[in-house]
Amino acid sequence: MWEERDVSEQSRVRQFEQAVLPHMDAAYNLARWLTRNDHDAEDLVQEACLRAFKFFGSFHGDNARSWLLTIVRNTCYTWFRENRPQELTTSFDENIHSTEADPFDPEKLLLRSESGQLLKQALEDLPLEFREVLILRELEGLSYKEIAVIAGIPPGTVMSRLARARSRLKQGLTKLVNKER
Amino acid sequence: MTCTDIQTAIHGYLDGELDAVRNHEIEQHLQDCAVCSQTYKADQILQRALQTGSQYYPASADLRKRIQSSLRQVGKSEPLFPAMPWRWLAVAASVAFVVILAWALVPRLYGLDAEQLVAQAVVSSHVRSLMVDHVADVMSSDHHTVKPWFTGKLDFSPPVKNLAKEGFPLVGGRLDYLENRAVAALVYQRQKHFINLFIWPSSHDTHVKTKALARQGYHLVYWSKAGMTYWAISDLNDTELQEFVRLVQTSP
Repeated sequence: MWEERDVSEQSRVRQFEQAVLPHMDAAYNLARWLTRNDHDAEDLVQEACLRAFKFFGSFHGDNARSWLLTIVRNTCYTWFRENRPQELTTSFDENIHSTEADPFDPEKLLLRSESGQLLKQALEDLPLEFREVLILRELEGLSYKEIAVIAGIPPGTVMSRLARARSRLKQGLTKLVNKER
Repeated sequence: MTCTDIQTAIHGYLDGELDAVRNHEIEQHLQDCAVCSQTYKADQILQRALQTGSQYYPASADLRKRIQSSLRQVGKSEPLFPAMPWRWLAVAASVAFVVILAWALVPRLYGLDAEQLVAQAVVSSHVRSLMVDHVADVMSSDHHTVKPWFTGKLDFSPPVKNLAKEGFPLVGGRLDYLENRAVAALVYQRQKHFINLFIWPSSHDTHVKTKALARQGYHLVYWSKAGMTYWAISDLNDTELQEFVRLVQTSP
């Protein structure tokens, strides 16, 4: 009985690894962008994987990446609630039209040798909920439907949140480009 | 359509999430409105910059290893019976199911095993009888000679039939040992083929219907009738052996 149990447990681990390990980059990328540091991101991805393994029975094999990313995201948010609650309170003071007053000039950014670094900085400066949708959309290439499931928001909200996220990113970039000139 | 109208939808357009009608509306507006068109171009450039992968953080090999080894740890240490009542119930139900299954299945499996064992022994006896040129202890085609020969050698009297007219002449009889007991072996012939018919009293009072097997190129048929177990074996083809069996079972 013990022998058999060990074998079935091993095959469960193997099944889990086959489903989940291919998405380890996606999991880490999301956790790294949410937490903005390597150490916490690694710990949280590990925690999320163990949590995912525990609930592997409830996974029905349709979209392992979305399933894993949802768990990673929830694990990160739990960690934020306990360690950095201030990050979860977003201020909605952004003005979507401010870009018109000081329009973002992508040429200005791309001419800079450190454009990648500036882009990274601007992304990190974004409030959590905007950073999240941009990472899922642009870095992970997920559909609105998938993003809605992972971020736990209505599908209709994804587009408007991305609109605001991009607007904010452009504002941030404009500030950084002008400041560092 | 005004600039405000498409402010959000333009992102759906950028991400390829709109239907054809909405796409067309946006395209129309972008052609007509220089401001929106410029904003759109900036968003496009920004999107491309983000999608190059330069901002992507891949998982380190170290993290992968860490996760794999922690999974194995959890896989090992996970308690067999977590303290959840429904789990216990499930376990109890499983145990009950296994017990019922075993109760229903084991006799069957055992029966199957017994059959295999007897079949193997029958094949061995048959082969040995031909190998050592010792087909019969009493060579006679007369069943009135063969049947009395067994008297005093066995604690039962095997039915011996002469089937010469039907094309299966009796060759003789022999003592053999099967199922931990002395048994009667009757030898019949069909052209150049020998048939060994083993007979012994059944250990259970069960009536076994005629069953046919094949083993090592031999055909075997066994059945039980009137408290006797019969096993017939030969290198004859299946049809002829079945015919022989039918004659043994029906002739007076």
